[in-house]
Amino acid sequence: MRSTLAIARREFAAYFYSPVAYVFVVVFLLISGYMFFTELFLQSQADMRSFFNLAPLIFCFFGPLITMRLFAEEKAQGTLEMLLALPVTDWNVVLGKFFAAMGLVAVALVLTTPYAFFVGHYGPLDKGPAIGGYLGLLFMAGGYVSVGLMTSVWTKDQNVASIIGFLISFALFLVGKLLSVVPQSIAPFLQAISFDYHFQSISRGVIDTRDLLYYVSLIAVCLVIAETSLASRRWR
Amino acid sequence: MSEERITIRVDHLTKQYAGTRKPAVDDISFTVRAGEVLGFVGPNGAGKTTTMKILTSFLAPTSGRAEVCGFDVYAQSLEARRSIGYLPEDTPLYKDMSVFEYLQWTARMRGLPMATLKARMKPIAEQCAIAHRMGDLIGELSKGYRQRVGLAQAILHDPEVLILDEPTSGLDPNQIGEIRNVIKEFGKTRTVIFSTHILAEVQMTCTRVLAIADGKIVADANPRELAGTLDKTRGRELCVELTGAIAEGRAAIEKVAGVVAVRPLDGPGRFLVATEVGVDPRGELSRAAATAGATLVELSNNTTLEDVFRALTHSTSGSQGGAHA
Repeated sequence: MRSTLAIARREFAAYFYSPVAYVFVVVFLLISGYMFFTELFLQSQADMRSFFNLAPLIFCFFGPLITMRLFAEEKAQGTLEMLLALPVTDWNVVLGKFFAAMGLVAVALVLTTPYAFFVGHYGPLDKGPAIGGYLGLLFMAGGYVSVGLMTSVWTKDQNVASIIGFLISFALFLVGKLLSVVPQSIAPFLQAISFDYHFQSISRGVIDTRDLLYYVSLIAVCLVIAETSLASRRWR
Repeated sequence: MSEERITIRVDHLTKQYAGTRKPAVDDISFTVRAGEVLGFVGPNGAGKTTTMKILTSFLAPTSGRAEVCGFDVYAQSLEARRSIGYLPEDTPLYKDMSVFEYLQWTARMRGLPMATLKARMKPIAEQCAIAHRMGDLIGELSKGYRQRVGLAQAILHDPEVLILDEPTSGLDPNQIGEIRNVIKEFGKTRTVIFSTHILAEVQMTCTRVLAIADGKIVADANPRELAGTLDKTRGRELCVELTGAIAEGRAAIEKVAGVVAVRPLDGPGRFLVATEVGVDPRGELSRAAATAGATLVELSNNTTLEDVFRALTHSTSGSQGGAHA
């Protein structure tokens, strides 16, 4: 636990030494701000629905972007060898890096709250759905982050890591959009693994444990694969 | 040899990378004790780094086993890693941290209590000569300073075993001297294993040399004995310098029993004397020269560790001799 936290803190700080964190936060705030205010001024609606609707697509791009360096960079620079010579388990490393990326996501989400207050100033903002939406957003982002973290373990090339991460993320996002054109027999399956589908009720402000469970399972599966891939250097 | 306790035990260790035909490390066994500074020499690709990576638990052996301080590096990897300080090749450090932050972080990762860290930070910073650069970003440091930081993080927790992969490559002679001092000081009571290409380094720093080529151990001796091993198979080459009656002296030397050839070297009065295998005519040489009226001002062994190294690893190292490694 101690070393997991130490890794998470170091990784989190490292984000702010590179432009990645700033680019991510600024672009994210611009997009989300645009969403909030078009809704507010064009449709005169004091809610955050359009922001939440688009969030899965936004994170589909940003997830791989903020996770690509986590392992790939350490592999390329050789620091991974140094890190793993310390008395830490591979799980300490995987979880530490996951929490660091989630910390960055949380910062970006917290910085959008002034928008919500602004919306609330113009009309009655439903607090429950907003808070629930943010919580759901965090879980959903966690899903994308874990996919990106997993692909970052696979390669020492950050570009490759982000592209593969994006492809997997986008595939998970896209299957939800194909439901109407696929055979009835596989539709429920696609629906079950779809990123977008599980966010639909969350974006309406309804927190269903099944949806959260989906994201938690996805995170768990990706992190287990990431840990296994990291440990594979010691297979014999 | 000393009766100090064994800190590293390598037992029939083999490592074959997936998709390769030949093992990188091929059934090697050795033990190292506390108080030994072991120089790990061998051409590039001989298996030095692979062996070190197995000792630090980064890789698993294909077969065989290795123990550090009694802990199996595979099965009890965390315990083994606690006893090791490690500096990989090329000093990979986090460039976005300051020296102080990095050392503090390493201490935290190793579970070092804050009080211990405070007590040790200053002497180590001074020993590694980084005390005045503690606030600088590692990415802004020169190669030499980075190497010192790498050394500082490796000895921060006062490990039983220090493993350094080419700690002096790319440094200037002064910096090499500093690193050598730290290694020597540390090696008095602990175990140090370091790999190097510079054989002068081995002579000055190590108490023992382990030469490895093509994944196999080809020599295991102290540095002085190692030079002797070649003399046993090839005969000696002695460097001789005479003053006074040089020509007469040379003629006398040529007649000494066991001398095969005398060739002039650079400078007046300097000669290279080749001898037969298994004879040591050095005493005879000086007497012969004196009798002939010449004064012997230098008599030294011309066989360098480089020669030994080349002879031991001739199949692979010859082509790299002139390269700017």
